[in-house]
Amino acid sequence: MRKFLILLSREVRASFCAPTAYIVLCFFLLLTGFNFYMGISLLSRGPSEVTVVEAFFNSIPFWIGFILIFPPVTMRVFSEEMKLGTLETLMTAPVRPWQVVLAKFCGAMVFYIVLWLPSFLYFIVFEQITGTQAAQATGAYLGSYLLLLLVGMFFISLGCFASALTQDQIVAAVISFCMIALFFFAGLLSFFSPNAAPVLRDIVSYFSTLEHMGEFSKGILDSRRLVFYGSATCVMLILTHYVFQFRRWKA
Amino acid sequence: MIKVENLTKRYAGFTAIEDLNFEVEKGEIVGFLGPNGAGKSTTMRILSSYLPPTSGRASIAGYDVFHQSMEARRHLGYMPENVPLYPEMRVKEYLDYRGALKELRGSRLRERVGDVAALCSLSGVMNRLIGSLSKGYRQRVGLADTLLSSPDLLILDEPTIGLDPNQIRQVRELIRNLARHHTILLSTHILPEVEMICKRVIIINRGRIEAADTPENLVASMRSAGGIRLEARPEDPAAAKEQLLSIKSIREVSLEAAGEWSRFTLRVEPGSDPREELWRLASDRRWSVRELSWRRATLEEAFVELTLGDEP
Repeated sequence: MRKFLILLSREVRASFCAPTAYIVLCFFLLLTGFNFYMGISLLSRGPSEVTVVEAFFNSIPFWIGFILIFPPVTMRVFSEEMKLGTLETLMTAPVRPWQVVLAKFCGAMVFYIVLWLPSFLYFIVFEQITGTQAAQATGAYLGSYLLLLLVGMFFISLGCFASALTQDQIVAAVISFCMIALFFFAGLLSFFSPNAAPVLRDIVSYFSTLEHMGEFSKGILDSRRLVFYGSATCVMLILTHYVFQFRRWKA
Repeated sequence: MIKVENLTKRYAGFTAIEDLNFEVEKGEIVGFLGPNGAGKSTTMRILSSYLPPTSGRASIAGYDVFHQSMEARRHLGYMPENVPLYPEMRVKEYLDYRGALKELRGSRLRERVGDVAALCSLSGVMNRLIGSLSKGYRQRVGLADTLLSSPDLLILDEPTIGLDPNQIRQVRELIRNLARHHTILLSTHILPEVEMICKRVIIINRGRIEAADTPENLVASMRSAGGIRLEARPEDPAAAKEQLLSIKSIREVSLEAAGEWSRFTLRVEPGSDPREELWRLASDRRWSVRELSWRRATLEEAFVELTLGDEP
């Protein structure tokens, strides 16, 4: 545990030392700011059934931008160390491979959580100024952020996996973007082809991130989603561990 | 301290090392030599538990490097080739981090970081970013890292590569001082360096051990083990050559003319020194002599002979 924390603190420091971190932070602030503005202008047109939280988290431009932030956040985690050769000094110290994999995953998670912190301000400011509720209930806030956390976990584990595959950060970014985009757009099938077989639509809706957000931002916390994202993350981390060991031993 | 038995490492379609066997005793300082691609780094990586062997066993301080790798790694300080470091960290930060990973904590960690920084003359750069350091300093940061946990064994892969002559000398002095408390296995291409600091040498070529002995013995056992140079002016050089061969310990004489003088190069039996007899012969025959000298073979020549000797 101690070693995990030591590794984690280095990961966190390293991710905030890289210039990409600040580019991603700025890009993300712009994106969420724009999205918040869109949400408010939608509501200001007249009475509406959706709350600002629902409008904020359920717009397509938001999700497109959202899936773009993972590749730059995760691409360096393994690739950079492989390229620098520091993996060799790291793995010849008395640390276990799973400690390294978990520390890298959690390091990226910390950065991801930091990305989201400013967005709390939007809703606080909104409630202060307008005097209306941003969401239907506290549960809707919790639900939205819980789902973001779950989806983030899964996408970051995909990114870590991609990074363990190659020592080239650009290649890692492309692979992780493809996997995340494939997963995300497969979930949109029911929007694109309403005539698809019902079985197919059921399967698809099981992993449709957008539908999940629709539920969670209304405050409906579905435990199936917890299980789905949790187990998918575990599977990806186990695969990452294997790839990491295999690549090292093959090198 | 190190025990290697039948160690083999194969990659797809390529054998990096084959059936290596050697031992390094506690307190020894051993040079690991070989041409590029001979398998030195592969062997060192296996010893440091970075790579698993295809077959065979290796152990450090009695711990198998594969099955008891955590214990083995606790007894080891390993510096890979080209000293990979994190450029965005400061020297002190890096040493603190590495020390903590190596299970040092609290006052012991502070003490060790201070000690290794002083030993490697890093005290002046502790707050510099590693990325901004010169190659010589980076090398010393790498070396300081290997020393942090005061391991019994140091494995250094080309510790002086890319340094200027002054830095090489500093690193060499440092290694020589370390030999008092640590067992050291180091690889290098700078052979005079090995002659100066290593008590024993292992020469590896194309994945196999060609020789393992003290530098002196290696040099002595060579086909071209040293020789004597004699420049004299005998009346009949060809007859003089025959007379020289009559001295028992002289194996071979080659003759070349240098103006009026004749230059004889004599190969002698290992361990013998017939210079006195030569001098007597020359004075009996009344040859004028202007040079009679002993030329020691170097480890470099031994290395070339061993690693190129059976080149196809």
